[in-house]
This record gives sequence, structure tokens and C-alpha cells, in this order.
Amino acid sequence: MWKILKKLKKREWSFVFISLIFIITQVWLDLKMPDYMSEITKLVETKGSKMIDIIEQGGYMLLCALGSMFASVVVGFLAAQVAAGLARRLRGEVYEKTMTFSMEEINVFSTDSLITRTTNDITQIQTLIAMGLQVIIKAPILAVWAIIKISDKSWQWTAATGVTVAELMLFLIIMIIIVLPKFRILQTLTDNLNKVTRENLTGIRVVRAYNGEAYQEEKFEKANTDVTRTNLFTSRGMASVFPMMTLLMSFLPLAIYWIGMYLINDASAPMDKVQLFSNMVVFSSYAMQVIMAFMMLIVVFFIFPRANVSAKRINEVLGEKTKIHDGNIVENNQKSKGTIEFKNVSFKYPDAGDYVLRNISFKADKGETVAIIGATGSGKSTIINLIPRFYDVTEGSILIDGEDIRDYSQDILHNKLGYVPQKAVLFKGDISSNIMFGENGESLTDKEKAIRVSEAIDVSQSREFISKMPKGEDSKISQGGTNVSGGQKQRIAIARAIAKNPEIMLFDDSFSALDYKTDRILRSALKNRSHKVTSIIVAQRIGTIKDADRIVVLDEGKVVGYGKHGELLKNCPVYLEIAKSQLSEDEIRKDM
Amino acid sequence: MENYKFGTAMKKLAIYCKKYYFPIIFAFALSICGTVFNIIGPDKLSEVINKIAEGMMLPTGIDTDGVLKIIKILIILYGLGFVFNTVQGVIMATCTQKITNKMRTDISQKINKIPLKYFDQTTVGDTLSRVTNDVDTIGQSLNQSIGTLVSGITMFFGSMFMMLKTNWIMTAAGVLATIIGFVLMIMITKKSQKYFVRQQEELGRLNGQIEETYTGHNVIKAYNDTHREITKFHEINDKLFESAWKSQFLSGLMMPLMTFIGNLGYVAVCITGAVLVQRGDTEFGTIVAFMMYIRLFTQPLAQMAQAVTSLQSTAAASTRVFRFLQEEELSDESGKNTAIDTIKGNVVFDHVKFGYTSDKTIINDFNLEVKQGQKVAIVGPTGAGKTTLVNLLMRFYEINEGSIKIEGVSTKDLTREQVHSMFGMVLQETWLFEGTIKDNIRYNMHDVSDEQIIEASKAVGLDHFIKTLPKGYDTILDDKTNLSSGQKQLVTIARAMVLNAPMLILDEATSSVDTRTEELIQKAMDQLTIGRTSFVIAHRLSTIKNADIILVLKDGDVVESGNHGELLKKGGVYADLYNSQFETA
Repeated sequence: MWKILKKLKKREWSFVFISLIFIITQVWLDLKMPDYMSEITKLVETKGSKMIDIIEQGGYMLLCALGSMFASVVVGFLAAQVAAGLARRLRGEVYEKTMTFSMEEINVFSTDSLITRTTNDITQIQTLIAMGLQVIIKAPILAVWAIIKISDKSWQWTAATGVTVAELMLFLIIMIIIVLPKFRILQTLTDNLNKVTRENLTGIRVVRAYNGEAYQEEKFEKANTDVTRTNLFTSRGMASVFPMMTLLMSFLPLAIYWIGMYLINDASAPMDKVQLFSNMVVFSSYAMQVIMAFMMLIVVFFIFPRANVSAKRINEVLGEKTKIHDGNIVENNQKSKGTIEFKNVSFKYPDAGDYVLRNISFKADKGETVAIIGATGSGKSTIINLIPRFYDVTEGSILIDGEDIRDYSQDILHNKLGYVPQKAVLFKGDISSNIMFGENGESLTDKEKAIRVSEAIDVSQSREFISKMPKGEDSKISQGGTNVSGGQKQRIAIARAIAKNPEIMLFDDSFSALDYKTDRILRSALKNRSHKVTSIIVAQRIGTIKDADRIVVLDEGKVVGYGKHGELLKNCPVYLEIAKSQLSEDEIRKDM
Repeated sequence: MENYKFGTAMKKLAIYCKKYYFPIIFAFALSICGTVFNIIGPDKLSEVINKIAEGMMLPTGIDTDGVLKIIKILIILYGLGFVFNTVQGVIMATCTQKITNKMRTDISQKINKIPLKYFDQTTVGDTLSRVTNDVDTIGQSLNQSIGTLVSGITMFFGSMFMMLKTNWIMTAAGVLATIIGFVLMIMITKKSQKYFVRQQEELGRLNGQIEETYTGHNVIKAYNDTHREITKFHEINDKLFESAWKSQFLSGLMMPLMTFIGNLGYVAVCITGAVLVQRGDTEFGTIVAFMMYIRLFTQPLAQMAQAVTSLQSTAAASTRVFRFLQEEELSDESGKNTAIDTIKGNVVFDHVKFGYTSDKTIINDFNLEVKQGQKVAIVGPTGAGKTTLVNLLMRFYEINEGSIKIEGVSTKDLTREQVHSMFGMVLQETWLFEGTIKDNIRYNMHDVSDEQIIEASKAVGLDHFIKTLPKGYDTILDDKTNLSSGQKQLVTIARAMVLNAPMLILDEATSSVDTRTEELIQKAMDQLTIGRTSFVIAHRLSTIKNADIILVLKDGDVVESGNHGELLKKGGVYADLYNSQFETA
């Protein structure tokens, strides 16, 4: 929590300081009011006092009330500024930090958790700061000041107040110890309830196909019962909190009058008696202020633990060290362009025992196509992920245009690459904004951009469906691209890579969502472009890769075959096996 | 936000809570009593003060016994107030939890009773938030707002009654001051509402931006779009800051304003009281009592205002819940008692016509006769109606015209449950739940032995992999276990194997496994499909070369049909599709 507070800027600290002044003013005014109250009481009681005096005292009291309100409005303004300001800064920092993360760090936290940390967790902090500035600072000042004001009146009364405060604290601490942990459990149980429901909803066809309705309902009932039982415990427990507070707050004045009665009786001089009586009335109203102050503090105790957990989670993100760093090459002026070479590359995931890739070596020259094929889990996608440095190699090196990719600044490296992921990702906007995505170091005029987009649409075989859309290239894409089909998404993602005009294209099984025909036309359109581009293609279909310049056959992270389609059919058993599963004997014989 | 009428929504909610009327009314009674005790309190307390004040000037001293007697009464009153209010709270909490529990159960059961059509039109998140958020909102306000409202109203009228009983002029003065304060408060609330709405909207936009860029992180990196996204984020973040601090500030104004209203009423009462005392119209004691009543009078107003706001969101929430609970259900089939003794696997599609909506027909006039043990493959471009056919076969949707007959019996004459139990089904989207691998394979088939599960896993080639996992078949599948999409698919195939149904449906079941694994599965499947009728939808044509009938679908019509050899010879759509996988680019 403290680390988070350190992030407050000078301006905000001065806001905090100013609000401190206003809080003190407010407490002073609040504590002044009972004085006027007792003054009014006295005047009313005294026969023959003038009307004007009462109005005067009433006026003063109203002034105090107005002043107090004004002060708390100012404090409220400053608190809102500081809290929302801090939230804005934290959110910005967490977001920027997350954007620098590589896949490795993202996997440490998981995307869902990062989203919560950037949103809900920060809202928690904002609430705590806003409340805190008004309450945490005010309560102790109010308590101490009020106690000072009354403590010299009579120790018996002070003791009564003290006992009440102690009882209140004891009660609330017990509640916090018993009930608060249950609230945390409740969170997990609610998550579980959510999970079971989500499960039923996402698998609704399977559930029905298996007649699994009763099974799901039974599971839900269990989660539901758990939630209800814990909820019952907490809400029954909380039911006594407010009545208890009312009880204690009603008992205190009672105790004060009770004690006061004996004190007054014991006093000998009539003047002392009057003084004691007036003290008693004033004391009871101050004592209430003391109790109020403690109650305010308690509220903070209820929200502090949650905010503290949030603060910890935010700090985890901010404190995470990014493992991918920029290299020194910041200009795209390498002599050879479009070459890529893997030199004895091995890779294992952090903390994992076993290597995913071992000793991978292959090379692609400008304009060449290298294909990677292998069974599910053989490490094909990992090879692609190493090239844009989503992960860094564990051993060995990858060279692009003759330089180790770790020597480039990431911007320059990425400018050389056109990456098409396995699962197409589209962003909210329109089709052309999705195709002309990102910055690749070129400054193009609007006209040039339009030409690029148009070419990319043609090559990626997207023209047909885009021209059918009411607004063509300007048609809206909703978040996550939910308004276009899987195959269309994939083609837009391919168009994105084409429009970038990269030196090297990376296709991570990007053709699998297309039917064979579109797949073939698209690849030949790519090949026939005037712009010669190097391609690394991960695929499962033999048809997609058989005309590649070189094919890397992977099996359990190792290269078991390297060469052309015809060669591999002859000398690579794994490749032959894959081919057999997809092609007929005739076709294989023809290619051999 | 769905439209709702406050009255109707609350009425529905009230009817739903019928079973708990008695305890709720009892709780209300307790709450009223408890509040009444709290109203009598100040009256008694002022007696104490009066007795002390009177007594201290008398030579006899204070009437301690008299005072003690009142104090004893007060202790009992307050004590009873505490007990009553606590018991009230416990009763309300219990009722609330029971009601929300029932509500969740009802929603969960309802999910399995409404047509799939509903889920095509709504998102998972929407239904999910009815189970959790909406029910929680209802629970919270039942628990708190209703209780507050009851005690608030009692307090309000009680103190009003006590004040009027004592002196109406002072009452008027006090109430007037309070009204002025409240007009102010309503004005602020109105104004702040605008910022709250704006804050909510901007928060939504920010969440959208965060979600999109975090999930598309890879692409954003690879395309150097990070800087632009960060700029976009800051723009939204800055706007959010503006509305966030404004709404935070305005909502923070309530408390000080309330305190001020209290003070205003207090002074108003004092001054009017003083005038009246001087005129000799009333006594000092009245003022003391009034000072307390005016506090009691203003205090519940704020609480009630809050309760009304939260009741408003309750109305919105219960509208959503009840709308879901009242969705049209699948037709009742308890009257059906047709049964087929042995299912051999003869299926006939007879002039089947279907559309998800009445204005758009997907399947125009589909006819097919499948003999026992045949393997039927359905191919064709996306949107041709392949999955729709399967959905109709499973009776996930009801056909518009024509009929589907199994062993000569129309599926309409059978219960959905019967139809489902005839088919084993594997879908393209793998569906696994958090639980052990064993549980995932067994699912709801309790009578399946562990041996059968292991056997099925061996058949799909999963056994070896599972054994390498630290806990083998008892490994829990959750976000952390790294099962590839192919392996996940294998688990669902094993599930279908264990089910051992007379017929099989494979809807793109092997599209996410590699071809070698696919061949393994294929072998296992072929073993499984011996003598069983099976329907296979496939993307990869290699999977279905050996099918007895291949149907090529386009726009809901069969454009070609026959076996692999026949179709190739024909040189039509199928041949074109098939050959394109070998042509060089």
C-alpha cells in the first residue's frame, strides 16, 4: 500500500496538506457547535432572556454548520481529485507496463488477471484513498480533540466513554475476525458458481446431447448451497452490527446521566451543581462525537484489507521485470534483406524441466519459402513465436539479415516481419483500419495507404466478401471481430501482413481456417506478387507446403527431416507417414 | 439495459417471495417495534434530564429512585430494541438467502429447459450476469433496503406523530427547514446522475480497450502498434478521470449535506421554540424533546432516499431475472411413450425443411435414406447447412416441414432425451470442465468403470500422455494444465466412445488435431463405427474418403452425392475441392 502512496505527485501531496487544514477547521467547527447548543439551551431555560440573543446564538451555530459543510465540501473535492488522479496514473502505468510484457510475463499473470488488475483493483484503491482522506485523517483528530475537550470534566464520565469505545472496538474486532475471512471465501465460492454456470452455457449442446442436464444441475446445486451457506453466515453475523452500534450509542448518554446524577447530588454548592449539569449535557454530545470518530475508522478497517490485496496485485505487475530488451540496431539498413537463419536454437519455457525445441537449424534466403510441419505439440508454433521475440531463445541464435535478432530494437525487428497468428485477432474499427494496422516506420499518404489496402484485399482473397458488405472496406468490425466468420477473419489477418510489405512473412498455421481452394489461390497470389518476400509457414496440410523451397519436419522438438517434398517422401519416415494420412498412394508415388 | 416497469417488477418479486410472507411480515413487525422503542427513548431521556434539573435545586436533592426507575425502563427499551432489530435482521437475512438460492436454482434449471435458439441470440455473459450480479443485487436490497425502508417509514411517521402531538408550530418550522435541505439534495443527486452514467460509459470503453489490447497483445507487438494503443488508452483514461472525480465528489457531498440539514432543522426548532416559550405557549421540556425528534425525523430520510435508489436497481435486476425465467420452454414431453426396442441405425430424412428464423430457410427440401451401419459424410462450404442437419437430427431444433425417422419412427414421437441417447456426439469446440481427466471422460455416465475409461483412452491414443502426467487419470484439468487443443479433442472423443451409443455424430471432430493423430483416431473411430451408423462433417477430405455416402451441400441443398470414387469420376464440385489440396500454388 505504501508503495502505491509514494506515487502521489507533489501537487497531490499539497492537496492532501490543504485538505488536512480544512479537516482541522471542520473538526474545530464541529466541536464548537455543542457549545452554542448549550448556550441556546441555557438561554431558553433562563426566564426573560431576549429573543435576539437566541437568534444570535442560533446564527452562530448555523454559521458553524455552514462552515463545516463548506470545509467538508472542499475536502471532498480535493479527495476526489487525489483519488481519481492517482487511479488515472496507476491505470496508465499498469497499462503501459503490460504493453511492454512479452508472452512469458503475460503467462505468469494470465490475461484475465491482468485485466482485473488494470480495472477493478485500481478502483479499489481509488475508493480507499477517497474515503481515507476524509475519514482516516479526520477520525483520529476528531477523537483526540473531543477527548481533550472533555477529559478534564470528570474522570468517571471519561471512563464511561472509554468503556463504550472499548466495547465497540471489541465487538467490531470480533466481527472482523469471524466474518471478514468468510467474505474472502465467499469470493471464491461465487467464482465457482460462475464457473459452473459458464460451463453449462458454453457446453449447452454437449450437455443436451449427453442428457447431462441433471448432472449439471446437481453440480450447480452444490455450488449454490456453498454460496448460500456462507452468505447466511455472513449476513446473519452482520445483522447484529447496526443494532449493536445503536445500543451502545444509546447506552452512553444514559450512563453519563446516571453518573451525573450522583455527581450532582454529591456536590455541595448550588453553583457547582449548575456547572456540573451544564457539563453533563455538553459532555454527552462530545462523547457521541468520540464514538462517531471510532465508527468511521471501523468502516476503513472493513475496506482496507481488500484495497491492500489490490495494491499488492498492482505492485506485482509494476514490479515484474521484463525479460525482453531492445538491442542497439535502430536503423533498417542491413545489406542483405529478407534472410533468416536458425542456428542451433533450443528453447524451454521458464521453470519447465524439458526442452520444447532442441538444436533447430535451418535457413531461408530472400524470396524463399520454408515450411514447418509436424504433429500437434511438436513445437511448430514455438519456432514462429521465437522470431518476433515473443520469447527469447534459450540457447543458440536466430539471425535476420545477418544480425542476431536480439541486437535489433524491437521496433526495427517487427518492421521486418509480417506475422499472421493461428487464431486471427481483429480489433474494433473498420476493415481498412484492421488492415493498415500499427506503425511500420513508413510514412504513407492516404492515397498510398488506400492502394496498399486494396492490393492486400485482392491478394488475401478477401475482395469477394468485403465487396458484399454494405460499406466495403469501411465496414465496421466489432470488438474481437465477432461480426465476421472465422475464415474471413483469417483472410483479413493475412491482408494485414501483406499490407505491411514486410521482408519476412510468418504464417502460424494461418491457412487452416480456409478451404483448400481458397488456400491454394491465396498462396499462388502471394507468390506471384512483384514484391519478393521470404515466408516461414507452419502448416498441417501437406498440400499447403509441398511446393516450399525447404520443409522442416519436426518431431518432439527435434528436426527429423529437412529438404524438399520429393526428397522427404523418400528419406523421412515421419514425413511419409504424415503424407500417407492425407494423400493417396498414387499421389505419393507421383511425387517421389 | 432492458426496459422495465418498477411496479410490475416489484409485484413479480413479491409474488415470488410468497412462501416467506409470514417470516417477512414478522420481521417487519419486529422492526416497527424496535423503531418505536427508539422513538420513545428520547422522550424518556428528557424526563431524566428534567428530573435531574428539577431535583438539583431542591433541598431534598435529586429523586434518585425515580431517575433510576426511568433508566431501568430505558435499559429494557434499548435492550429490547437491540434484540428486536437483530432478530429482524437475522430473519430477513435468512429469507433473502433462501429466496436468492431458489432464484439461482430456478435459473440454472431453466437454462436446460429453453430452446437452443435462445442461446444463439444471447451471449454467455448476459445469462451469467443474471445468475450472479442480478440475483446478488436483489439479495442485497431485500436484505437491507426493505428493512431500512420499514424502520425508516416508522421512524419518520413516529417522530412526526410525536412532534405534532407536542406542538404543531414547531413541527412546521422543523419540517420546513428539512424540506429546503432536501430540495438541495435532490438537485445534487440529479446532477450527479449524469456523471455517474458518463463514468460508467467511459469505464466500459476503457475496459473494452484493455480487454482487446491484452488479448491481441501479440499482434499489437508484432505490428508495432503499442504506442498508438497507449495513446488511445490515455485519451480514454483522461476522460474517465474527469467524470470519475466529479461523480466521486458529488456522491461525497451527501454526508455533509445531511449533517447540515440536521443542524438547520435543529436551529429552526430552537428558535421557534424559544419564541413560543417566551410567549408562554409552551415549556422548556418541549424544546428538549423536539431537538431529539427533529434528529430522528431527518435521519431516516437519507436512508430512505438510498433505499429507494437501490430498490430501483432491484426492479431492473428482477425484471431481467423474471424475463429469463419466463422464456418459452421446450415443449413438455411427459405424454410420449413411444419406444424403439433395438436401434439398428436406419435413418430417413423425408422432405425436411428448416430455417432458424421463419423468414430464412436454411434447409430447403432434404431427403436421405441411411441404412444401418453406413458412414455418411457431409461436406461443403461454411454456411451450407452442415451443422444444421446435425442439429435437426439431434432435435436441438424442431423442423418446419417433413420428418426425420429412426427405425421408421418419427423423432417427433420420441422424447428429446430418447433421441439424444441414441447418438454419441463430438463437436468441433472441445468442451471440458474443471475436474479430473477421469471425470471429464466419464461425465454423467456413472456406471462406467475406470477400466472402460482407460480402454477408451488407449483407443484414441491418449493413454500414454495421461500416464506421463503427475497424477495420471486424476490430474485436474484447469487453466494451468497444458493440454493442446488436439489432446482436448481426444478427451471428448474418449467421452463419446465410453458412451457407446448406437449411432455417432462427428461435427468437425478432428479438425484441431494433426493428421497423424487424426489417423489414429480415425482407426479407433472406424473400429467404433463398425455396424454403427455415423454422420461425419469434415473439413479435411482425407477423413471421409471411405464414407459410404458423401453429401456435398451448398446453400441447404445437396448438389452431389455418392461415394468418393463416383464423385471424383463425376468431376464436379467434390472433385474440384478434393483436387485443390494437391495442386501446387
